[in-house]
Amino acid sequence: MKLESNIPSGPIETKWDNRRNGMRLVNPANKRRYRIIVVGSGLAGGSAAATLGELGYRVDCFCFQDSPRRAHSIAAQGGINAAKNYQNDGDSVYRLFYDTMKGGDFRSREANVYRLAQLSAGIIDQCVAMGVPFAREYGGQLANRSFGGAQVSRTFYARGQTGQQLLLGVYAELSRQIAVKTVTMHPRTEMQELVVVDGHAKGIVTRDLVTGAIETHAADAVILATGGYAPVFYLSTNAMGNNVTAIYRAHRKGALFANPCFTQIHPTCIPVSGDHQSKLTLMSESLRNDGRIWVPKKQGDKRDPRQIPEGDRDYYLERIYPAYGNLAARDVSSRAAKRMCDEGRGVGSGGLGVYLDFSDSIKRLGLNVIRERYGNLFDMYERITGENAYETPMRIYPAAHYVMGGLWVDYDLMSNIPGLFVLGEANFSDHGANRLGASALMQGLADGYFVIPYTVGNYLAGQKYGAVAASRPEFKQAEEEARERIRQLLSIGGKRSVASFHRELGKVVWDHCGMERRREGLAKALEIIPSIRDEFWENVRVPGGDRELNPELEKAGRVADFLELAELICHDALTREESCGCHLRAEYQTEEGEAKRNDKEFAFVSAWEYKGPGQKPVLHKEPLEFETVHLAERSYK
Amino acid sequence: MNLTLRIWRQKSSREQGSLVTYEAADVSPDMSFLEMLDVVNERLIGRGEEPIAFDHDCREGICGMCSLYINGAAHGGHRATTTCQLHMRHFKDGETITIEPWRSRAFPVVKDLVVDRGAFDRIIHAGGFVSSNAGGAPDGNAIPVPRDDAEKAMDAAACIGCGACVASCPNGSAMLFVAAKVSHLAHLPQGYPERAQRVLGMVRQMDEEGFGNCTNHYECEAVCPKEISVSHIAKMNREFIRASLLEA
Repeated sequence: MKLESNIPSGPIETKWDNRRNGMRLVNPANKRRYRIIVVGSGLAGGSAAATLGELGYRVDCFCFQDSPRRAHSIAAQGGINAAKNYQNDGDSVYRLFYDTMKGGDFRSREANVYRLAQLSAGIIDQCVAMGVPFAREYGGQLANRSFGGAQVSRTFYARGQTGQQLLLGVYAELSRQIAVKTVTMHPRTEMQELVVVDGHAKGIVTRDLVTGAIETHAADAVILATGGYAPVFYLSTNAMGNNVTAIYRAHRKGALFANPCFTQIHPTCIPVSGDHQSKLTLMSESLRNDGRIWVPKKQGDKRDPRQIPEGDRDYYLERIYPAYGNLAARDVSSRAAKRMCDEGRGVGSGGLGVYLDFSDSIKRLGLNVIRERYGNLFDMYERITGENAYETPMRIYPAAHYVMGGLWVDYDLMSNIPGLFVLGEANFSDHGANRLGASALMQGLADGYFVIPYTVGNYLAGQKYGAVAASRPEFKQAEEEARERIRQLLSIGGKRSVASFHRELGKVVWDHCGMERRREGLAKALEIIPSIRDEFWENVRVPGGDRELNPELEKAGRVADFLELAELICHDALTREESCGCHLRAEYQTEEGEAKRNDKEFAFVSAWEYKGPGQKPVLHKEPLEFETVHLAERSYK
Repeated sequence: MNLTLRIWRQKSSREQGSLVTYEAADVSPDMSFLEMLDVVNERLIGRGEEPIAFDHDCREGICGMCSLYINGAAHGGHRATTTCQLHMRHFKDGETITIEPWRSRAFPVVKDLVVDRGAFDRIIHAGGFVSSNAGGAPDGNAIPVPRDDAEKAMDAAACIGCGACVASCPNGSAMLFVAAKVSHLAHLPQGYPERAQRVLGMVRQMDEEGFGNCTNHYECEAVCPKEISVSHIAKMNREFIRASLLEA
């Protein structure tokens, strides 16, 4: 199989213009004859559905929540990057492009990233026009903050709720299209299967989560914008419903899965408090500006942290990385925390935590300054842990947060199955091996507002509208597959709950394919995961029936897919014998514990082909060619 | 800690429901309220009983999906806290906790503690937007917005659409929810061109959905997890009167 990235020719600055100018168009009168399915209603899916509706296409949009307003884009806190250069501080499209390439440790596709930077400014204009209440200066101009190591201020924000405000903006636009009936919304509906007819994606099979009805939907193109799969780790900062099901079922139908092992671990989250833990809450990284991170020098030191004298404390980041101290890069500080806990010096009830101590800053700056800077975060911490972090140090620990991997797409965001497009976190295209802060919202909206309206039109212009009806046997077959799967899950009648398998799987993936990966550990995970999967299919207990609201059945379907995805993730991590971005293979690191890339052998996108249940997937490589950026060794000094 | 739970069980919207008592033993004070229900559910599954259905997703207080009426208060009645952020340390060992779904004619029960809040979506469809197609927007700084206006708009826009305001209002009114959107857009120049149709459309849809009227109890403000002020209702009333006069 040859992967055609379809990157346009010409200088990088004009590639997107060249591409657009060469695209076929759909006559305005014909647009309403084409039906497009959008699965997912977050920033990428919601903006795509609304924009395609505005253009006049007939759109069906699906989400599993009770309303499109609840998609997990809503939880993004910090902001959205755009190369506006409103601050006159030297920002440019090129700089945003370069920062994103470098942040991704040179494992992303240059042309896609450049286009993202070019489109970023228009996103802000569009969001302002639809009434997003961005932070403003006294003169009425848009305010910016700096973020994630960038040397310019290019992040737009709405308090600590930027994702919420952007999503509600998209939801409002989607609502307008629903009102004029260009978009039909299907809430509480989950995709079960992709339907491929004559090699093209032409529909989906869904389950109505309230009635349990299995339905088929035929369309002229299918867009998946279903977000990330970080809950493969069981505990993550993601919403409980986030899953891999839509893209994994498409993968089983032939769509290649790219870079599945590239997962981002966020260093500052509230630690696990017990076995009952269901999710982890992220605390803004900005806390590290004024907090000092430490663990006791002695193993198993259970004293109250305030009673541990200076001499018995190990400010390990300051000790190991004196130049960066507590502001060491995300992945570096995450791994350092893990090592301290592995040594038995972790704090808190489970021993998986480190202290983030503000007492020195409070002494130096006063309580009021700290309260002004971080008051809302201290409140959130107290709500969850019951501890007052002004008086006693916070406890933090890293948690899975975002996945850079996803379905493989070409420059037009089309997968290797013609007619199947993938947007936002669900695709792999823009963030390489690591995503910079405030870039996820940017990518979701760029894909939905400004890329897909052009590229889907180019595809549809070559297709006769309504060419495939749901009466084709492929629909019946996909529907039968969905029904059979549900029947099977309900009929096992075993002894263990779905959650118990999910927890067990998550621990294996976290231990062996989390912050640090080793050959032996990955090999071990590849032995354990199939055995968990086998037991799942023999011993899971899914109560209730299929013709009703059955949350356990929903979870079972998702966990079944995680049990296969986990194996794919480990294969990918084992095959990539280098370290890059968030993928740290212990065997390949610098003396300082940094990722050591191997550009000669691994400057490619791993794109995996599904070969059947329990079969080893087949690796295809898309070589990454760098025409514009110079492949730099990241310097950490 | 050991708790007794009285939980509303209802098979579907077509059937009658009732409160059923469960014992919840060995609950950790560090659990969130929903984690406590997760544990209860795992035990029910272990005994071959059907688990309790409840809505939830982000579990960090922003998606607005969780929705329980706990001991007679929406989200349990703690300041600026959604159910998913409420922790068991606020309860006492041996306590009996009553858990019901949102109670409102406009929010029919789907199953157990899950309700249908589609009425909120339909109110937004009736005007809770700015009509601005992608592609034609002027530069973001072309329209200056005074900082105070942007802040007031943001105060209102923080609404998560959970429905606690409706559930706690003696009249089952959705005024705070509707007012939050009207006020958000009325504070911004982008919202001006459609100002009149928006408030008229949304208020009419609200009435059509069967929500009650506002008689100034302020229960909504007290339970709102995002602390949205009833002053936005006053703002909406002014917008509504203005639009009605213009229409007449």
